[in-house]
Amino acid sequence: MALFDNFDLAGSAMSAQSLRLNITASNMANANTIAGSKDEVFKARHPVFKAVMQDAQEHTTGVQMAGVLEDNTEPLAQFSPGHPLADPDGYVYSPNISVVEEMVNMMSASRSFQANVEVLNTTKQMLQRTLSLGE
Amino acid sequence: MDAALDKALGIHDDALKLRSQRSSVIASNIANADTPNYKARDLDFQKMLSVAASQQQPAVQLKTSHAGHLGGSEGSGQPVSGEMLYRTPTQPSLDGNTVDTQAEHTRFAENTFMYQASLSFLSSKFKGISYAIKGQ
Repeated sequence: MALFDNFDLAGSAMSAQSLRLNITASNMANANTIAGSKDEVFKARHPVFKAVMQDAQEHTTGVQMAGVLEDNTEPLAQFSPGHPLADPDGYVYSPNISVVEEMVNMMSASRSFQANVEVLNTTKQMLQRTLSLGE
Repeated sequence: MDAALDKALGIHDDALKLRSQRSSVIASNIANADTPNYKARDLDFQKMLSVAASQQQPAVQLKTSHAGHLGGSEGSGQPVSGEMLYRTPTQPSLDGNTVDTQAEHTRFAENTFMYQASLSFLSSKFKGISYAIKGQ
């Protein structure tokens, strides 16, 4: 029955979106993490989703994480010679993360999550009504 | 299913099957709202329903030599497949995704509503049959 596939579909989308939310949270948490050299700087991560065929006959497609991309933008150098982590030239480095951008990502992820919860609830109601057919 | 009962239920059991199939397709679209290069899909409900309706009378019937024999009309047993189409995107997006979440939501709601309509039709059919059997 096709309706049961909805649970797998919405479930896969919900876990993908919650992973995205996790990654966004760690990006935001580390937006101000300072490092002593360019190589040690925290790199922002971005999830990439891909569609996976779940049931070829019913044409249902779930979501899966295809991978996580590391952001390779140049870190921000800050001149602060008094900092204990400063390099010989007196610079400390922080990741080039835009908190606003990450906030938008977070909202997008939580809205998509909500949409799938809604699908799940509706499907549950549909199945319940089907079970009580003929009563 | 018994041929007479199948006939009594009419097109509604096929409609119910197709509605549940369509709900999965639309749920796939909503699930993949953030997937790059995903193309939103839908099925041509009217076309598939008419195919399903035409399949109700099977081409091959079992031979019966006694009034009590069954004709074996399991016509609507196999799944109806076919018209899976791609949606025409209303707005272009850089990542190649063609899902319009709001539009998919309304379609999902509409499909659910129609599913419940088919359910209530079936329910009243069953009530009619049960009334005919019991006579009260």
